[in-house]
Amino acid sequence: MRYTTALTAVALAVSGSAAMAQDQTTACLITKTDTNPFFVKMREGAQQKADELGIELMNFAGQYDGDHETQAQAIETCIAAGADGILLLASDTSSIVSSVEQAQEAGAIVIALDTPLSPADAADATFATDNFRAGELIGQWAAGKLGDEAENARIAFLDLNVSQPTVGVLRDQGFMQGFGIDIKDPARYGDEDDPRIVGHDVTQGNEEGGRRAMENLLAQDPSINVVYTINEPAAAGAYEALDALGRAEDVLIVSVDGGCPGVQNIRDGVIGATAQQYPLDMAALGIEAIHQYAQDGTLPQPTEGKEFFDTGVELVTDEPVEGVASISVDEGLERCWG
Amino acid sequence: MSQDDSYEDVVKTRREESFAAFESRGKGLLHKVHDLLHGNPALVPLIVLLASIVVFGLLLGSRFFSPFALTLILQQVQIVGIVAAAQSLIILTAGIDLSVGAITVISSVVMGQFAFRYGIPPSIAVVCGLAFGTLCGALNGLLVSKMKLPPFIVTLGTWQVILASNYLYSRNETIRSQDIEASAPILQFMGTRFEIAGAVFTFGVVFMILLMLVLAWALKNTAWGRHVYAVGDDAEAAALSGVNVHRTLMSVYMLGGLICGFAGWALIGRLGSVSPTSAYEANIESITAVVIGGISLFGGRGSILGALFGALIVGVFSLGLRLLGADAQWTYFFIGVLIIVAVAVDQWIRKVSA
Repeated sequence: MRYTTALTAVALAVSGSAAMAQDQTTACLITKTDTNPFFVKMREGAQQKADELGIELMNFAGQYDGDHETQAQAIETCIAAGADGILLLASDTSSIVSSVEQAQEAGAIVIALDTPLSPADAADATFATDNFRAGELIGQWAAGKLGDEAENARIAFLDLNVSQPTVGVLRDQGFMQGFGIDIKDPARYGDEDDPRIVGHDVTQGNEEGGRRAMENLLAQDPSINVVYTINEPAAAGAYEALDALGRAEDVLIVSVDGGCPGVQNIRDGVIGATAQQYPLDMAALGIEAIHQYAQDGTLPQPTEGKEFFDTGVELVTDEPVEGVASISVDEGLERCWG
Repeated sequence: MSQDDSYEDVVKTRREESFAAFESRGKGLLHKVHDLLHGNPALVPLIVLLASIVVFGLLLGSRFFSPFALTLILQQVQIVGIVAAAQSLIILTAGIDLSVGAITVISSVVMGQFAFRYGIPPSIAVVCGLAFGTLCGALNGLLVSKMKLPPFIVTLGTWQVILASNYLYSRNETIRSQDIEASAPILQFMGTRFEIAGAVFTFGVVFMILLMLVLAWALKNTAWGRHVYAVGDDAEAAALSGVNVHRTLMSVYMLGGLICGFAGWALIGRLGSVSPTSAYEANIESITAVVIGGISLFGGRGSILGALFGALIVGVFSLGLRLLGADAQWTYFFIGVLIIVAVAVDQWIRKVSA
């Protein structure tokens, strides 16, 4: 009983404040969690832009990565608050679609950040990193770095997890394409027959998994000399495993993300190169789009040839390779997150 | 005193002479095996472990059956092995601890952040981390033994509380291996390696094995150890026979927390870095090791060495299947099968005690 009263009070307060701010634009930012530095940076970018444009921003987050329930509830709260736009990093890209439709019926525009919904056009717009391109950049860099030796490379793939989530597949397949491997079906990895591939293992995207996966693959074939990693924590774990075997110096590790500890690891020689993505830009662009839509009803257009608005990706390394554009570690550190 | 002794003697001799003997005599081979397994609960997992090493050794040859690969398994299971020691103690008291992984990771975060954020000398930061783990265990223990709440519910709650505190306190920031190496190398102490004829060991691995042996000895040969079993078997009966149930439970949960603290230290040694997202599945993995190790989830029965064997079995399967080139899913598949088989065998062994 008390619970219901409290809920009603909250609902009243929320709708009350929305009514008061009738002429003010309201936006919601719903992230997967509120602890990951990537999302923290995103919130920062959104808040800055919102303050600048005089938009009221409400923040929500799931309790853990994959927490769909809380995200669906957050959308309902945003609808109740009369939000003009919702920036969403969906944990469950297909289940969330029905909630997204409800919000759209209530007159809000929904913009997917970082993770496209499935289907992608369920969102009014998507601001994301081109993860395939990110993989391609590090693949090209690795091939360029090895030169003629690329033909005899022994490559280990440290992927995200066994369910082959889209982001993991895109980066993995992008790397292969960039390195010059026939990727066969681009929608999955593991179907390639290039003899340079030693194997794939999964890391859950953290240090612990990176170390274990690297050890497993090294036990399978100690001659590995190129390591693709899904993100920088996994790369740090892989480095520990190689270091334990005295192999740290002669193996090339590449990664994706561009978090500050990861970029510092390039400086320290742990990682050779990483593809940096820009969560701050994603969020700022998202807020701008909501502002624009509230002004004149125009939606942002996707980048030409893509299903989404590409927020850019840069290769970070201090050992540039000819034919592959890159930025230095110093520049990378200026734009890093986390 | 001497009268008491002779009194027990009488009971013993009587037992030997009387009907109690019929259980094990003249019932065929199966029954003898049954008795043997009942008397030595760690035997089944040990046999499974040796058998799986032999099978993978035959399938993979020297790639698997080498000092390097076999000790790699030890390194890969060290965290789960240490945590499983804590889990075993708690399960022996008919409890369960879902918060072990969270305690492990928060202890490692406390060690790292105390040293780096507040500039506390690293060795003292390590002690603080261990103390914090013990404190978390004490909280669980108080809720279980004083408030009389079910351990499953208590630790379901503290798991979330501790994990959330871990993320909030650490801001989910990683402390890099290179920074730790430069200014607080003692945090990586458990990762120190040494080699004996191609076999690679770390202090963390040695710690895991010593911990298991010491606990196995203590559980068997000290009054405290017998109390742990007694409380797990039947807390009320134990209390009636003069066992201080509250103190026993508190000691078990606090010791469990301390062991998790050590697991956190070993975790830093293994990863090089302090990462708040690690050890996420240590609770489930430790329960898996304990169950495969033949320790009864109903409490009061099983050997802690079984948990070590259980953890090693999982490690052997993971590495063996990966070396065979199998999809990582098969590892989970077979571990699932092993859990069910282990519990089925446990039930079968229990029947003999009737």
